[in-house]
Amino acid sequence: MSAVTAPVGAPPANPARTVMSWAQRSSWAIGLVGLLAILLVFTKIIQPSYGVAGIQGLGISILPLGFAAVAQAVVVIAGGIDLSIGSMMALTSVIAATLMDGQSAEFGLAVVAGVLVLGLVLGAINGALVVVTRVPDIVVTLAMSFVWAGFALLVRAAPGGAASPWLMNLVIGPFGNPWIPKAAIVLVIVVAVIWIPIARSRMGLSLYAVGSNQLAAFRSGVPIGRTKIVAYALTGLFAAVGGLALTASTSIGTPVPGPYTLESVAAVVLGGVSLAGGRGGVFGPVVAVMVLQIIQNDMTFLSFDPNFALVAQGVILIGVLILGSVLESRRARR
Amino acid sequence: MNASARANKWLTAVTWRRLLRDRPIVPLMGLLAILVLVIELADPGIVSPEWTGVIVRASVPLAILAGCQTLTMLTGGIDLSVAAIGSMAGFVTATLVHSPGGVAEGIIVALAAAALAGLLTGIGVGVFRVHPLIMTLGMSFVVLGLSNVWQLQMVQTGAGVPDSLRWIGSSTLAQVVPYNLLVFIPLTLLILLGLRRTGYGRLLYAIGDNPVAARLSGTRAWQVLIVLYVISAVMAAIAGLLISGLTNTASVSLVDTSLLPAVAAAVIGGTSILGGRGGFGGTIVGALILTVLTALLTVLGLPEPTRQVVFGSIIVVVAAAYTRVTSES
Repeated sequence: MSAVTAPVGAPPANPARTVMSWAQRSSWAIGLVGLLAILLVFTKIIQPSYGVAGIQGLGISILPLGFAAVAQAVVVIAGGIDLSIGSMMALTSVIAATLMDGQSAEFGLAVVAGVLVLGLVLGAINGALVVVTRVPDIVVTLAMSFVWAGFALLVRAAPGGAASPWLMNLVIGPFGNPWIPKAAIVLVIVVAVIWIPIARSRMGLSLYAVGSNQLAAFRSGVPIGRTKIVAYALTGLFAAVGGLALTASTSIGTPVPGPYTLESVAAVVLGGVSLAGGRGGVFGPVVAVMVLQIIQNDMTFLSFDPNFALVAQGVILIGVLILGSVLESRRARR
Repeated sequence: MNASARANKWLTAVTWRRLLRDRPIVPLMGLLAILVLVIELADPGIVSPEWTGVIVRASVPLAILAGCQTLTMLTGGIDLSVAAIGSMAGFVTATLVHSPGGVAEGIIVALAAAALAGLLTGIGVGVFRVHPLIMTLGMSFVVLGLSNVWQLQMVQTGAGVPDSLRWIGSSTLAQVVPYNLLVFIPLTLLILLGLRRTGYGRLLYAIGDNPVAARLSGTRAWQVLIVLYVISAVMAAIAGLLISGLTNTASVSLVDTSLLPAVAAAVIGGTSILGGRGGFGGTIVGALILTVLTALLTVLGLPEPTRQVVFGSIIVVVAAAYTRVTSES
């Protein structure tokens, strides 16, 4: 697969060619960034007062969905899909908010670490069930979404709890320059710190290999079961980060899952990750989340009924896929 | 263990496997009977004709929604837009209750809107080859958004679930036979006969089982898929109208909670999400099983969260059992 990252230990290539091949591989993401830039300029034109406050609001509002999209991207790259992301976010969010309520900062730090481990475990359980039962991913994770959401309601029947103040300070407000929201920095750093080492390792290659052609991966000696479980565990980890982001940005824990599961699928597809697996990265979906959020803001500025934003999201989702399939069939014909 | 005993055990295992694979409805009926028995033991005297009526009445809309999943799953698809379309149908009918055409106009508008949404979904899936999961997801965003817009437009006019819908959705004959069977039985006959006896039904299985073979034998898959998603959307609208009548509510998110159970009912009923295997009979029993299970968990006094956990676990177990017996042949 051309989309697979350069294998470990590949001979050092000519830098210009490296840049070119990177640009080719990431053409979709680069296009999205361009679209994002155009949208920001457009927003500034229709709403001249759009500035620091708007950017800060954008940063904080994309944070939970951004992590959800990354979580979904990892498992989709490995050829699966996880419909329990929203429920895992709800569960980790209520646990964090409940445990942190009225506790010291150090205890809050321990809670964060514990919740991240919990996310890994939840995801690993999903993955193990998919591997062991051989039931299609959609069905297993759909069923597990009931289970995790049920546990979330058992932890806390109604929204409540509190986030440690440092956790909220971590994501709310500007970072140095007022134009740079802390939330965006957190999003990029967390994703980069977790994903880049994995993507560049043997495991990352395995994830792409399993997603792109399971049989070929198996015959080349990739442990399919283990790789899938790792993919789901990573998804659980990012979902837990998303849950913490929810708690941090709302300062409470809400046991009822938000719309994150299905919106993460939408963001992943818009972000250039193929639902068939093996293609795409995690940063495309993050940019897609920003694009979707700006479109929603713009529709508010243009005083459209905000509900049309939902319609627009659906139309964009379908439109992008139709465009993709038309381009694909053109290429196939050639 | 001697040879004959081993052969005998092997024989029974194969028989069971074949039974589950070819006639999943038989063991499913057994599971349903066990659940009814357990609920009777848990709360002696609860099982009565009236109770049966309540269970059937609640199962009918779920079974129709699960039917949408069954039909689309046969072709290897899925329909996540049923919740938005069903809610929209109930909502539109309720808001048009004071229109000149009355209830009939409301229902016709609702069904036509649903059919249009299904047509667009079908074109996306059939002609442009968009993944059904994404296509129906996108369509559900569109329908939900437009329903919300409609809600803001209609908020002044005063609306309510029409009496006729309440009657057919929630009334029962002699406290036992729910009237929503008047809709359900003809629909069921149509689907069962359609799947077994018509060329169209066979095409659904053919496309799901082996799309390439189906194409090479001259099937125009896009035509089949467009019709399929229109049928699915109209069925979703019918289910939405019945749910709206049953609960006497009309809201743009009314059917949302039934989406995942509908998929679950189809899976429990023996329809494979990978396509080509399953049927509506099993789905109906699957919907009954889920409804009785919900009732049982209520009788046992389990709080709602625990019920969800048990619900999810059972779906995994049943689906795993199916995969085990059907894949290792």
